[in-house]
Amino acid sequence: MRYRAEVFVTLKPVVNDPAGLTIRGGLRALGFDSVSEVRSGKYLVLTLDEPDATQARARVDQMARQLLANSVIEDYRIELEPVGEPVAAGERSA
Amino acid sequence: MRTGIVVFPGTWSDRDCAHAILDVLQEPVRYIDHREHHVDGLDLVILPGGFSYGDYLRCGAIARFAPVMEAVADFANRGGLVLGICNGFQILQEARLLPGALLRNASCEFRCEWVHLRVEQSNSAFTLDCRPGQVLRIPISHGEGNFFAETETLDALERNGQVVFRYCASDGRVTADSNPNGSLRNIAGIANAHGNVVGMMPHPERACEPLLGGDDGLLLFRSAIHALAQVAV
Repeated sequence: MRYRAEVFVTLKPVVNDPAGLTIRGGLRALGFDSVSEVRSGKYLVLTLDEPDATQARARVDQMARQLLANSVIEDYRIELEPVGEPVAAGERSA
Repeated sequence: MRTGIVVFPGTWSDRDCAHAILDVLQEPVRYIDHREHHVDGLDLVILPGGFSYGDYLRCGAIARFAPVMEAVADFANRGGLVLGICNGFQILQEARLLPGALLRNASCEFRCEWVHLRVEQSNSAFTLDCRPGQVLRIPISHGEGNFFAETETLDALERNGQVVFRYCASDGRVTADSNPNGSLRNIAGIANAHGNVVGMMPHPERACEPLLGGDDGLLLFRSAIHALAQVAV
């Protein structure tokens, strides 16, 4: 099965986020006074082939722990959804 | 002192390091390609500054998995001398050879300027020739040098004497004004528990001759030579 995994990497709450603070400053300068906090992060989209959703999630979790996020400063969240099976060329309807 | 300088795609301070050690100190140097699998026959391995692998994902995150890094970790664990400068410091943290992480500068600006560093610890292999409290003048050049570690890690570093350098004023006072990047407790460089692995954001290789504006950086490389002589005795 083909899956599309979205990985959201964010700084841990205890970690300062200078980029987020700067963006908040920009929003306030534009008059968006109601914004009290902005946290910046990374958004990654992976396409992968795995036998089932459990294995796909486990695999992406492994990737996140090993490379995509740094556990010293970051947390991550994974969202997974199946992508339609690629249709073989001969079966494609006109 | 046989020195190896690791070169990743995007490394930019390798030749400056070689200049300091080969031309100024007259000690042999070889470049180590990131694809090599051994660092045999060396006394010192330098991970120099730059933007390895474009700093994509996180500074040092991809470099940490380069083939050569396994050999560097073995070398460090056997007591070999390892100095990570700037991007090299970030790589050592990603490889978990040193604790903590380096975040974006609090100012969100790239800072390229001379700073003062107070030597906190003369037991590391790279500060043997310094005295605690000595003030060094060495330049920084980075956008992500904001040292972070959780409080208990910071306390353990302080307790074990692993904080090697702090940003300070010219008279040695550690002040908020002298902190160029928001580093917690003004930390500019740390060592591992054995003192053979040191990571620092400032560039000692850029302060190795009066022509460059100062030569305080040579103290670090000379200290390494003396550390090796002590081991040999």
